Amino acid sequence: MTAPPFSPPRPSAEELQALRETVARVAAARGPVLPFGVGPIDHLLNAGGLDGAGLHEVAAASASWSDDAATTLFAAGIAARFAAAPEVSALWALTRFDLYAPGLEQAGLGPERVLYAQGKNDRELLALCEDALRDGSLACVVAEVKAADQTATRRLQLAASEGGTPMLLYRRYRRYGQCPLTDLSLACTRWRIGSLASTPLSMPGVGRGRWSVELVRQRGGPPFSLELEACDDQGRLALPAATRDRAVATGSADLALGHAA
Amino acid sequence: MRELGRRSEAAAPVFRLSRADDGCPSPGASIAPPPLPLWGARPTILVARTGQRDVVTAACPLALDLGLAPGMAAAHARALVTDLDVYEAAPEADRAWLDRLALHAVRHWTPTAAVSGSDGLWLDLTGTTHLFGGEARFAARLLSFVRRLGFTACVAIAGTPGAAHALARFGGAATLVLPEGREGEALAGLPLRALRLAPEALASAARFGIERIADLYPMPRGPLARRLGRGAVERLDQARGFLPEPIVPVVPFEMPCAERRLLEPIATAEAIEQVISDLVADLVADLRERGLGLRAAVLRCERVDAREQLVTVGTARATRDAKHLVRLFRLRIDRIEPGLGIEAMALAAPQVEPLGAEVIGTGFDSGPRAPDLAPLVDQLAGRAGEGALFRLEGRESDVPERAIGRTGPLAQPSGWPAWPRPIRMLARPEALSGVVALLPDHPPRRFAWRGRSYRVVAGDGPERIHGEWWRTTREMWAVRDYFRVEAETGERFWLFRRGDAIEDRTGDLSWYMHGVFG
Repeated sequence: MTAPPFSPPRPSAEELQALRETVARVAAARGPVLPFGVGPIDHLLNAGGLDGAGLHEVAAASASWSDDAATTLFAAGIAARFAAAPEVSALWALTRFDLYAPGLEQAGLGPERVLYAQGKNDRELLALCEDALRDGSLACVVAEVKAADQTATRRLQLAASEGGTPMLLYRRYRRYGQCPLTDLSLACTRWRIGSLASTPLSMPGVGRGRWSVELVRQRGGPPFSLELEACDDQGRLALPAATRDRAVATGSADLALGHAA
Repeated sequence: MRELGRRSEAAAPVFRLSRADDGCPSPGASIAPPPLPLWGARPTILVARTGQRDVVTAACPLALDLGLAPGMAAAHARALVTDLDVYEAAPEADRAWLDRLALHAVRHWTPTAAVSGSDGLWLDLTGTTHLFGGEARFAARLLSFVRRLGFTACVAIAGTPGAAHALARFGGAATLVLPEGREGEALAGLPLRALRLAPEALASAARFGIERIADLYPMPRGPLARRLGRGAVERLDQARGFLPEPIVPVVPFEMPCAERRLLEPIATAEAIEQVISDLVADLVADLRERGLGLRAAVLRCERVDAREQLVTVGTARATRDAKHLVRLFRLRIDRIEPGLGIEAMALAAPQVEPLGAEVIGTGFDSGPRAPDLAPLVDQLAGRAGEGALFRLEGRESDVPERAIGRTGPLAQPSGWPAWPRPIRMLARPEALSGVVALLPDHPPRRFAWRGRSYRVVAGDGPERIHGEWWRTTREMWAVRDYFRVEAETGERFWLFRRGDAIEDRTGDLSWYMHGVFG
């Protein structure tokens, strides 16, 4: 008869079961997760990517036209990756049409993948988005609005989780110098995108665009800020070459960041 | 004197657009008047191409008086009469008119009507003429009706279709009412071709010297059938009433419709929705039976004050899904003003398309089916309007503004060539100021736009786009040279210069901002 070996205090079977149920419930409420395919972002995001049944907000870093374009392309790239399956469409809802569709196609969102809806005002637009989200037949819904209060974001979030459709809410600037992300919101993630100077090429010409991608807020995780290369014709972002090289050199940096998250 | 009057009077439309007869016209729609007769002061003929030559198929009264007749060669007719109007015959259009007249007859005069040959109608008037005051009155009425439409006609009323057919074409009177049982006598003097015989039978009859129908009466039937064929004997018997000849009537399209008359007037949204779902169930059952799907539905609500409220929904694709239709109407219930109450509601489908059964997955084929967007499109269109939902498609133009066009929300549009294009574009290009650029092929070094100056660090281009001279003469020599530039602060713009900097007429070398890259 030997003494039982020492073991740390373990939770009982009931406690474990309860914890497992909680985890399962939370995981079931979330849709399929869409990873960015860029190591650092996916590590830093709580879910390992964008929640496929949640509300995500994007806004430009400043009211300038090129930041606006970078933000639009960022949203278009995400929508293109959500709508990558054949014969599915994303809905792009907006009130004033100044998009240039060939540019969207070059971010991966071809004309057969995007259905446009033009509303008369933001309220009508948000109602359209809510219907579209609940229907569940779309791959993604993108909306450009100037004003959406907390109630509206709550409704969108509920509709998104009900229909299992991701929602990208692009908040445009209402007043010069006041970031639209200062409004309260229930979004899963909130992003702020700005355009940066690209890496100079060795020959004359304009290189691949460079953005500052800042995650202002996410549920259950810390904010972060990264410098990334603009999305390609499939909507994929990439790390700048210098950072890529550095990541190879110091491989443990990613891991440390992952633990911090 | 007419010439001295006002010249700005609206002229009567000569070529009035008549509604296309798509097989499902609304009931009660009367026939629109046809184009005014084309013949006037000049003789007119219609010609059709047969083989190597044009043959006259019809001639106006003036031309008939001048000795032109159908069957003549068009060249011969032109030689006889110099100032002759010649038009192409349009047998399909004639046939369409006859079909519409037959439909009109079925709706207004008799349940049994059919098109007869290429130039006539059969109406079975059994038991219907008393509604119009007798056969003679009905014939007069018919004549005045077609005269109002701009046609001339001959009416013959007889006991058999064959006799009526023959008398209308060869009887020589505008109106002929034949008493019962006199077909044999009336037909006796008519030529043999009045009997609708086959061409071979007519040829052999001519060989035997038979010209009139009366010549056939005394002949023994056996030899007659051997020489002219059985068909000839049958036609003769049908015309005289010894053999039946049924008319295959035109069946008009009935618009699917459901109606509910209510015991008590209703005014609440819940009650209206209940009635709507009942009506939709009735309509859907009707549609399913007939294999149709609706593209548009009209709900008519009759109020107690004898006013009508109309609510219309349209669908992006033919459907008979009751749940979907009820949802579409539910979005519009708030547009119904019940007033003191609604006492009757009717739901009709004015626009329908064939819709067969749909194959659902057998369970063996792998992969999920592509989601159907049509219900969502209808729902969103119900909220925001028909034009609010669209897709963009590529148009064949290199000018950036003209390369995109709107198309329907369920279309599968094609894309654009992969030249670098901006994500957002100005509706109208805006002029740049203070541009410093090396001509002809370099992007600007610096420029100012909207009150800010930019120093350019990198640029791509030029991409030369020529004006579309086939649109307007102003674009005959126009050239735009597009550059993609990056400013020092990270902005990436799409600029263009008018003119190629070599030829003066290609443009004035002014610079414009057109779009922005992310």
